[in-house]
Amino acid sequence: MKITFNLNGNSVSTMSAPLTRLAQVLREDLGVTGTKVGCDAGDCGACTVLLDGEQVCACMVPLGQAEGREVTTVEGLTSNSNQLSELQRAFHECGAAQCGICTPGMLMAAADLLTHNKTPGEREILDALGGVLCRCTGYRNIINAIQQIISPKGVEFQNPDVGEAMGARALKTDGVQKVNGTEKFGADAGPSDALWVRAVRSPYANASFVLGTFDPLYSDWPGLVRVLTARDVPGKNAYGVYPDVNDQPAIADGEIRFRGETVLALVGDYASVYGIRDEDLPIKYEVRDEVYGFDAALSDGAHQIHSDYPGNILAHGYLKKGDVASGFDIADVVVENSFATGFVEHAYIEPEAGWARRVGDRLEMTVSTQSPYLDRDLVAQILGISNEAVRIIPTACGGGFGGKLDLGVHPLLGVAAWVLEKPVRATWTRIESMSASTKRHPSRITAKYACTNEGDLVAFEMTGDFDTGAYVSWGLTVKDRVPVHATGPYLVPNVEAKTRAVFTNGTPAGAFRGFGIPQAAIAHDNLMDRMAERVGMDPLEFRLKNAMRKGQETPTGQLLKYSAGLDQCLETLREPWKDARREADQYNSTMDGTKRLGVGVGCMWYGCGNTSMSNPSTMHVGLAADGTVTLYSGAQDIGQGTNTTMVQVAADALGIRMDQVDLVWGDTDLTADAGKSSASRQAYVSGRAAMLAGADLRRQILRLANVGNSASIKFAVGYLTVTDADTERLIDLSELKPDRLHGNVLVGEGVFDPPATPLDEMGQGNPYGTYAFGAQVTKVEVDTELGVVKVQHVWAAHDLGAAINPMQVEGQIHGGVAQGIGLALMEEYVPGRTENLHDYLIPTFGDIPPIDVYLIEDPEPTGPYGAKGIGEPALIPTPPAIFGAIYHATGAEITQAPATPDRVRAAILSAQGDGS
Amino acid sequence: MSSFIRPKQLAEALEVLSVGERTIIAGGTDFYPSRVGKPLNDDVLDITAIEGLRAIENRGDHMYIGARSTWTDLIRVDLPDWLDGMKLAAKEVGGVQIQNAATIVGNICNASPAADGVPGLLALDASIILASTSGERTLPISEFILGNRKTKRQPNEMVLGLTIPACKNGAKSTFLKLGARKYLVISIVMVSAVLETTDDGLVDRLRLSVGSCSEVACRLTEAERILVGRKVDTDLASIVVSDHLKPLSPIDDVRGTAAYRRDVSLTLVRRAITELVS
Repeated sequence: MKITFNLNGNSVSTMSAPLTRLAQVLREDLGVTGTKVGCDAGDCGACTVLLDGEQVCACMVPLGQAEGREVTTVEGLTSNSNQLSELQRAFHECGAAQCGICTPGMLMAAADLLTHNKTPGEREILDALGGVLCRCTGYRNIINAIQQIISPKGVEFQNPDVGEAMGARALKTDGVQKVNGTEKFGADAGPSDALWVRAVRSPYANASFVLGTFDPLYSDWPGLVRVLTARDVPGKNAYGVYPDVNDQPAIADGEIRFRGETVLALVGDYASVYGIRDEDLPIKYEVRDEVYGFDAALSDGAHQIHSDYPGNILAHGYLKKGDVASGFDIADVVVENSFATGFVEHAYIEPEAGWARRVGDRLEMTVSTQSPYLDRDLVAQILGISNEAVRIIPTACGGGFGGKLDLGVHPLLGVAAWVLEKPVRATWTRIESMSASTKRHPSRITAKYACTNEGDLVAFEMTGDFDTGAYVSWGLTVKDRVPVHATGPYLVPNVEAKTRAVFTNGTPAGAFRGFGIPQAAIAHDNLMDRMAERVGMDPLEFRLKNAMRKGQETPTGQLLKYSAGLDQCLETLREPWKDARREADQYNSTMDGTKRLGVGVGCMWYGCGNTSMSNPSTMHVGLAADGTVTLYSGAQDIGQGTNTTMVQVAADALGIRMDQVDLVWGDTDLTADAGKSSASRQAYVSGRAAMLAGADLRRQILRLANVGNSASIKFAVGYLTVTDADTERLIDLSELKPDRLHGNVLVGEGVFDPPATPLDEMGQGNPYGTYAFGAQVTKVEVDTELGVVKVQHVWAAHDLGAAINPMQVEGQIHGGVAQGIGLALMEEYVPGRTENLHDYLIPTFGDIPPIDVYLIEDPEPTGPYGAKGIGEPALIPTPPAIFGAIYHATGAEITQAPATPDRVRAAILSAQGDGS
Repeated sequence: MSSFIRPKQLAEALEVLSVGERTIIAGGTDFYPSRVGKPLNDDVLDITAIEGLRAIENRGDHMYIGARSTWTDLIRVDLPDWLDGMKLAAKEVGGVQIQNAATIVGNICNASPAADGVPGLLALDASIILASTSGERTLPISEFILGNRKTKRQPNEMVLGLTIPACKNGAKSTFLKLGARKYLVISIVMVSAVLETTDDGLVDRLRLSVGSCSEVACRLTEAERILVGRKVDTDLASIVVSDHLKPLSPIDDVRGTAAYRRDVSLTLVRRAITELVS
């Protein structure tokens, strides 16, 4: 039956079944992929379209209901002449789109609002857009964008001139496609003739299984092309993020270690692979009790998750400096407590997706990722082919936060495309994304901190367990990173820290914005508050007194020679802190106590780059015979803005306007390895490489012109004009041979590997090239009867060395704060229970308060123009600052995240009990 | 293969149901989320094209809400004050996208313990009108919802709409929803309250219901009984005590513990009453 409706003013028809989701019809039948699918359940709003002018989730509209009606998608906002609408332009200019995956839905909700209400207030904006989730922006810049339309106040952005790109509020180089719906994400790129690959996942966390025969299945489902099992993996059926640790199978080989693990894969047409029910497959499970949590995993006789890791312990981390025993001996004040956090889900709005094809003896995979070269090498290993035989072509990445560092759709796409020699595609459902992707490590930490009556820190001791789930993933990084940072950014002479990474049947825990440091920060900053209280000092002043400063040594014995601006961050926050504390105290003394205000402070430090290991980035800037300048950047933009910031530093180093630089990004055939978009390393490491590449090309041009360093270069079509103090030279580029990389006539190369040294058995050494510092103050309102905490304001001061692009940096800070609020107040992943975005809660529009950002620029000489990282640092101080604020408001101590209303209420009752 | 029928006439819909069981769809906001990554192979009756079902009407002694009426319809229509609580509930349903598509009747028929619409309709003593080819019948909502995702609707029946008996002049109502975030949130506890006052300022009726604390939202009948005849003033709320929450049977889940739910239910009931008397 043909169904016809109007799409953006044009009549369209489809033969799809009337029960098909409208979102699927738009994307798959009509190829209109601006409408995104994040959950298929109305929980995220990414698929918001207008149906007869009213916003609805296209994932829940049966095609049959659209018949004869008007459907408007993001593509319909752009004028016929391809001009952005006022609304789209405001989003672009206000930094309202970061990764861009939620942007079409946001725009449609906003368009609906502005049609019905020309002058909405903030409350009305929140209500109208409240049904769309964003995981990157913290929502504030989206609100700003809409307010710009209502009453334009002028937007601060720049199109910087030569030599002025560094530090400029330049618009995203890839910003237009994020607001007009043309950006291609993992699920947008697959060819229409591709077969679909669906993983069949274990409903059990701890089990063995055997497979029966699939013959009846093939005869029942002619559209089923192939069932792939462990035996079909051509290479090594194991992968992992460390070169020497490969423990996770591409397809399970009879053993299941977590709920959601891949048992087999179905390859065929969409209707078949999604029509076959898991219950009808010949899989026989032998189910064992799951090993969940530390106590179960570490108990005597516990089931061994991996036979080669006795006691379910993956590894120990250790750090020792000075002598903690004598430190505690001389202390006047000793405080100690235990803290716990759970699994946290990345909840990027774009589920894992991509497609792959075999091209002769090579495999090409187009996929959403934050680590193209790691993907390449792991896919090659699984297929048993050389690394160079795999090409990873990243799509735009609809949010990563660490979750797209590990393989997602890759193993099955690779195996299917290679074995079947046909193009294949896969898009995980939200449930798959949540059950099979990595999580933040749950933690239990016991920490003890000591100071003198004068408020000088003397000793710190901690033991921490981190649940790495069923496979190693980034467990080794967490157990190493935490001891280094365990004290917090404070000067402590005597330190001992012990960590363990523990296997359980939990979802594999991997990388998530901060690699264990947000968990550790909850512990160290709680104890900082307790010590301040005991010695009678203001919590902020106590931190400032003990702030690690330039010229001092970290607990690993690393001398901080440069860039350590925590003291400046705290000094900047002093006034807002004092004002907010005073207001809160006044409010509390005059009201009835049902609602109380509190203000807390949290501090952080974070080593930029991988811990104690080489993690180089290589960048190229090419000059073509026609004068085109191209930056070849392998630094994957996951919304944080490297497609813009890398261009900025390269342009300034070369001496060209940034809008004259073309960008080629991500593709492993076209760009060199710039490492992973992780560990807050891209601005610092890849940024430095991009700067060096630009400088290298400039040097080559000057040498060619035989002029000095102060000369300027003008780039024109086919030639360059190089001007020195008294000479002007023309370089005819057509006279140069286009025989360099990618057919360029000249290519500048930049390589940077941050200076780091291995840690010895006492955890001593220089693990990072530089550290980011930061502090945040939060103000909360606590409903003491309900235990509900509302964050009312955040002041965030971060020392990031130098801001390459303040607009992108502010976006990172907003987003980090938002995720910090989620971690602190609502987010906990429970396998089998919160595998969707209505049981697993992330902050919505109404949960993120205004955020005042202060950029502290204490330059880092090894970074590009002084810059270091900001991605992870922004999240780390938020939870402890919120918990400190809850304590200030109520006297209730929060030692477990998330501080859900029931936990906060219990803590308040317990604190009231203590007081009576 | 599945079949999808979207009739324009009610008679046709009832005829279809009389032939065989079908999943009934209106807004689709409960149907699709329960089928993520699963085949869409239900035999479906889509009721959204049926004429006359989209209506919210004040019929003097009662209010009528048709099966096709959405939460947005309820928000936009002019209603007497005693339906303020239902409007508040409507604004707490999902986000605007959900409010635009989802129906009030669908919320009842889905019979989730956390259905935002149920506490209010329960407090208002709403009735459900069911129809089949053999005729119509009406059931009080308290009898209609049997348990978690269970109702008295027979496979050959569909719900045409619901009726709400009119409250006294000057009656007021409210709705409080407690969740762990602002939007798109499933409640930890919900409270609805409807206050009718005598001419001399005493409680004529103060109906109270609590949601998400039992398999089906429930009325606090003992509290309601005690409140009758009390003076409508700021002390009224404190008459309700924890003993009155005995009908609740909350459970521990990811949203909160049972003990917490009992604790805050009392707070929310008192707050709802305080709001109505002030």
